[in-house]
Amino acid sequence: MDLFIARIFDGLSNGATYALIAMALVMIFKATTLINFAQGEFAMFGGFIVLVLATERGLPMWIAVVVGMLISALLAAGIERTLIRPFDPADHLPLVIITLGLFLAINAIAGIVWRFDPRAFPELFPSGNALSVGNATLSWYTIGTLTTIAVVAGGLTLLLNKTKVGLAFRAVSSNLESSELVGIKVGPTLQFGWAIAAAVGTLGVCVFVASPFRQLEPQVMVTGLIFAVSAAALGGLDSLGGAIVGGLAIGLVQSIAVPYLGIPSELSLLAAVVVLMLVLLFKPSGLFGTPQVERV
Amino acid sequence: MSDTNTSTSPELVLDVKGLEGGYGQIQVLHGLDFHVADGEIVIILGANGAGKTTTLRAVSGMIARTGSIKLRGEEISSAKAPDLVRQGVAHVPQGRGTLPELSVEDNLRVGAYIRNDDEVDADIDQWFDVYPVLRERKNQRAGSLSGGEQQMLAVSRALMSRPSLLLLDEPSLGLAPIIVAELFERFAEINKETGTTMLVVEQNAQLALGIGDRGYVLESGEIFTEGPADQLINDDAIRKAYLGV
Repeated sequence: MDLFIARIFDGLSNGATYALIAMALVMIFKATTLINFAQGEFAMFGGFIVLVLATERGLPMWIAVVVGMLISALLAAGIERTLIRPFDPADHLPLVIITLGLFLAINAIAGIVWRFDPRAFPELFPSGNALSVGNATLSWYTIGTLTTIAVVAGGLTLLLNKTKVGLAFRAVSSNLESSELVGIKVGPTLQFGWAIAAAVGTLGVCVFVASPFRQLEPQVMVTGLIFAVSAAALGGLDSLGGAIVGGLAIGLVQSIAVPYLGIPSELSLLAAVVVLMLVLLFKPSGLFGTPQVERV
Repeated sequence: MSDTNTSTSPELVLDVKGLEGGYGQIQVLHGLDFHVADGEIVIILGANGAGKTTTLRAVSGMIARTGSIKLRGEEISSAKAPDLVRQGVAHVPQGRGTLPELSVEDNLRVGAYIRNDDEVDADIDQWFDVYPVLRERKNQRAGSLSGGEQQMLAVSRALMSRPSLLLLDEPSLGLAPIIVAELFERFAEINKETGTTMLVVEQNAQLALGIGDRGYVLESGEIFTEGPADQLINDDAIRKAYLGV
């Protein structure tokens, strides 16, 4: 029983990272119905920027995180402007190829700049345990990760529903032409989505590697992205709430179902892919997504 | 109304000369000349494929075009749609043009995207008074409305930008006759009350000319004939071609 509870806590804290990256994916998917395969690498790169700011420039950790999020947002906005916007937004294949290219390029650049060795990442949350249930312990880290996704989800919801730029973003997500006809400039609005997504992703990676059991390296998000894509698809791809539920669910599948079903941990990635496949097969709009409606 | 022969006349809201445009290699418009004076309702009639929709899309900056388009004397033929909205052009595209995933109220709010004044809520309320059914459904997704309700929403959404020129692309399309009659009655009222100038593309010549001041008949991307609405409605050739009588 204690082990079971411990696995739940583990699953939730892993799931929190998948949820954050999944929310970043959802922001871009909502606007463009495109999955940015480089989202995990954007986030990893942002994580290194935060590490440099904190360890080499001596910024306090949370300030380094915020500055790192801003820098990633600016970089993503630049990438959107130069590599994404010149292409027809309705034609997905070239864009998917570009995001795959970005995936490889950013990974390689990070390796050249920061080398491929894992590096210790400063802690973001107090160490130690908040409470113990028998032998299972709920660490401050788990509480911190769950609080972070709650804050990010709340912040994004307010941004989308209570601000003018959020309204424009939702309009562009709904219909490009009608958005232009009310005076919205589609390019900068989508760019805003890329910037927000990169910032959220960077926060996700920081939270992930702030665990005392993990380190930051260029490969850190390669498998994480698969979990995050599965999480986003499970939640419905265009639903931020769905991304959270999907992320936590995938985290729990990984930490509970995989050991209890006796699946070797090397195959836990496969579990995520199986979840992804089942969702696409039986409920393509996910748990909370907007079903595709054919309008006549 | 005004001396519409001089192209520089400030009373002309829209003055178009030699308008050409199309899609990629396909040229649809072959040099159109037309104008719309301040406060007028001008109707563009024509069969399917005559270039009516393309004309509106060229005016509102949705497609590339050549020739001269003057909006209150200012050349706008290279301006893009989002900028023209700021200059007072509102376009209700064919097939409603609402934002289906947004609520009815958000559709109206986004219609006022270019505005920075504090009367947006009051204007939303005013459109809810004009179309009470929209108030009842203000929290529903626009995509869940009926065709007639969506057209009401699309027109209200366009007018939320407080345009000086409203472009309407076949507002009657796919709607029941009684709803179409109501819509057109309302267009005439809005024109009278707010002074909004309107350029309306229609196939329903009878109804459109009924509220219009003047009309143009388009054929294969050229102006075939033009004249005051009451004259066109009695023109034998037009009656045969577009009124089915």
